[in-house]
Amino acid sequence: MGAQFYYTIEVFLNGLMAGVMYALVALGFVLIFKSSGIFNYAQGVMALFAAQTLVGIQTGLVPFSHLINAALGTDVHHFGWHIPGILSILLTTLVMIGFAWVVIKLVLKPLAGQEPIILFMATIGLAYFMEGFGDLMWGSDIKKLDVGLPQGGNFAIEEATASLGGPDFYGFYLDNLDIWAAVIATLLVVALTLFSQYTATGRALRAVADDHQAALSVGINLEKIWVVVWGVAGFVALVAGIMWGSKLGVQFSLSLIALKALPVLMLGGFTSIPGAIVGGLIIGVGEKLFEFAIGPMIGGATENWFAYVLALIFLVFRPQGLFGDKIIERV
Amino acid sequence: MLDAAKTDETLLEVNNIEVIYNHVILVLKGVSLRVPKGGITALLGGNGAGKTTTLKAISNLLHSERGEITKGSIAYRGTDVGNLSPTDLVKRGVIQVMEGRHCFEHLTVEENLLTGAYTRKDGKAKVAEDLELVYSYFPRLAERKRSLAGYTSGGEQQMVAIGRALMSRPETILLDEPSMGLAPQLVEEIFNIVKDLNEKEGVSFLLAEQNTNVALRFAHYGYILESGRIVMDGPAAELRENPDVKEFYLGMSDEGRKSFRDVRSYRRRKRWLS
Repeated sequence: MGAQFYYTIEVFLNGLMAGVMYALVALGFVLIFKSSGIFNYAQGVMALFAAQTLVGIQTGLVPFSHLINAALGTDVHHFGWHIPGILSILLTTLVMIGFAWVVIKLVLKPLAGQEPIILFMATIGLAYFMEGFGDLMWGSDIKKLDVGLPQGGNFAIEEATASLGGPDFYGFYLDNLDIWAAVIATLLVVALTLFSQYTATGRALRAVADDHQAALSVGINLEKIWVVVWGVAGFVALVAGIMWGSKLGVQFSLSLIALKALPVLMLGGFTSIPGAIVGGLIIGVGEKLFEFAIGPMIGGATENWFAYVLALIFLVFRPQGLFGDKIIERV
Repeated sequence: MLDAAKTDETLLEVNNIEVIYNHVILVLKGVSLRVPKGGITALLGGNGAGKTTTLKAISNLLHSERGEITKGSIAYRGTDVGNLSPTDLVKRGVIQVMEGRHCFEHLTVEENLLTGAYTRKDGKAKVAEDLELVYSYFPRLAERKRSLAGYTSGGEQQMVAIGRALMSRPETILLDEPSMGLAPQLVEEIFNIVKDLNEKEGVSFLLAEQNTNVALRFAHYGYILESGRIVMDGPAAELRENPDVKEFYLGMSDEGRKSFRDVRSYRRRKRWLS
């Protein structure tokens, strides 16, 4: 086999890894959409906020330090401690759950029973609020996020595969961080699937997704279910924020990864957890391979639009996505 | 079928309630009724009379439809329940089976039934026991327990809805329009099960129904609702014999069949109470 063949495989593998990262973001959307019919525009900003909070807690930043300093004339920025990665992830998870609770109480509960478009608008408002709030709380400078995940190329894989493709081929280059992201995303999906299929709360969650009114009528507490869902979505946002933040640094553009999740959702279906993963993988692999094979012929930069075009084609031929809920219609 | 309510103990008492939707639409104009323990009480009336609204006012499902009780009170076992959430009501033993079944389409039949046990805290073994009990009343559901509820027939969905309510171990079931869209045979089957549940399991029913004929055959007591008011009530057997009920709701009269036009003009002349 020639080197070209192995390069293609390398591109394919890297596409899979990129796809997992997209899927992580898409997952948060699916969770909330499935259980409350709300397209949560703020999911990307939630990932940014979670990453900011994580860095803030880990490096001992004083929240609202600019405000405090301006109001009291002091000059505090750091508590002067450094909290270990795992512990700060745990604390951030609590913050995200608390955040979910506040959103339910202040935004979703007063709007219960309104049209989906109104709830969607509310999440747009929420997104801009959080963006500002996150900056106000932790400062808007670009932060480095390091919770101890290995970075850089994986040499073991590179060396092990170096001999495959002849003298021009140096082995598969895979980023350690991407490999970790893939492992963690897989675990997350398995855990979420088990939770929603085999626990009473998971069943109630699916019931709420199907029919709010009926769920209420059998005594399911909608508010509690929503807090669970938004809490889990907040946790997923945190995981996505860690992965993307470790890669790109914690900064505003992190919230834009949400845009990449949209085509993933259209492909995989808005209501399917496995769909989010498979959709992410298809988009990741598709855009990398397309760029590799076709890109040079048409001037490159196809990664910017490939996903959207693919999603558009899906919208035409299979609007519920690959794994979206079957639209049950009895005749 | 008994002619009077089985016991004198009152479970549910609705006292002169008024319900307004969207702050402007007055739907119930002072409805009072009483559901005795162990009885089947029927709430009869045509489309838009306020039957569903009455049930939803009791089970407190009005809020999500922007309806509001503006007057009157609802008491269950003597305590006011007007402000309880549906969850708390289910915990107290009052559960509604909504009009139009409302099964969880993408859940299997068995999962649907299990959602009914959501509020229970008495352990898996007890829930599994009740699941068997539900299957014994609805053997058809046992055969279809692995299929998605969305793919079952209308009759089966009605059974799922009732079975799901049973899983909460209710004392009172508010059953809204169980006959809707079902073939006469199936209606009979469902009503026989309701009667069985009432007699053997001691579940009390408040039954909203347009099908007056069937409802009065199975109920002990009936209320007739017209444009948001109770216009007549009495033991089911008496209502069945009442000439007005016969004419307006059962389609029979002493003078033989009347044409639809005659009935309408008669109705315009005569007003129920007042």
